[in-house]
Amino acid sequence: MTPPSWFMALSAVLFAIGVAGVLIRRNVIVMLMSIELMLNAVNLTFIAISRALGSVDGQVIVLFVITVAAAEAAAGLAIIISAFRNRETVYADELNVMRW
Amino acid sequence: MPLGLFIFLAAIAVLSALGVILQRNPVHCLLALVLTLLDMAVMFIGLGAVTVGFLQAIVYVGAIMVLFLFVIWLLNLQAEDRGGSRQLALKFFGVVGAAVLIAELFVFLVKAPSPAGMNHPPPLFGSIASLAGALFTNYLIAFEATSLLLLVAVIGAVALARHPAAAGSLSPAQGAQPVASGGSEARPVTPEHKAGGMG
Repeated sequence: MTPPSWFMALSAVLFAIGVAGVLIRRNVIVMLMSIELMLNAVNLTFIAISRALGSVDGQVIVLFVITVAAAEAAAGLAIIISAFRNRETVYADELNVMRW
Repeated sequence: MPLGLFIFLAAIAVLSALGVILQRNPVHCLLALVLTLLDMAVMFIGLGAVTVGFLQAIVYVGAIMVLFLFVIWLLNLQAEDRGGSRQLALKFFGVVGAAVLIAELFVFLVKAPSPAGMNHPPPLFGSIASLAGALFTNYLIAFEATSLLLLVAVIGAVALARHPAAAGSLSPAQGAQPVASGGSEARPVTPEHKAGGMG
């Protein structure tokens, strides 16, 4: 059997990859995808700990996280469409109207 | 889950996650993300969370990722060009930041107490019945709050993404005003315009 700490190590690696994606990419849609990647890395920790403790609570929390991720994706993509309609770009460094 | 299967799945997950952030075409990023999420779903099922694993495959991959794909097609995104020197500095510091974060997480992982091994799960662990039992008793308030959140997200998404001209024509008070002139100047990108530009 694989010990739970291995799953948490994989989760840490995936979370860091997601953080790097948010930091280095210009495309706002790819930034949103990186956020989904981070949410899923945390889900993996919940599932692994839930299995290690024999408790179903972690899986319920993962269900909530999936729901929140759906809401976040819907609202975020709507904001991106609205910004694209006004500025005709999805690059974060060109959406700088609130910068001074 | 056997160790060999875990290493196989973990290698796929890390490689496809790197693909998400390194590909230049957004559609390729999305396909790499779909591979990552399916890989995670297999891992969830291997960990006994059968219901959550299938929900991940259906809801995440089947609904959310397709929503991303529709938006990428709608905006007609092309491959991203490589940025200038400022982008290079940003990439450098981003990678350094991620490396620092991963080192920190591993330090915590080594120091913090974690469960030594996998318990033997109770029967029906991860089934729909056990999930629903917890969801509708201990987590009932959170469940109802989540339904409210989804409602707000749906309304907010429609309100945000609705076209300004369509928003004006829906209310009768503004419909009496000359919509034709205001509507034509309020739409910088129309589908006909983009289709004409492509053809």
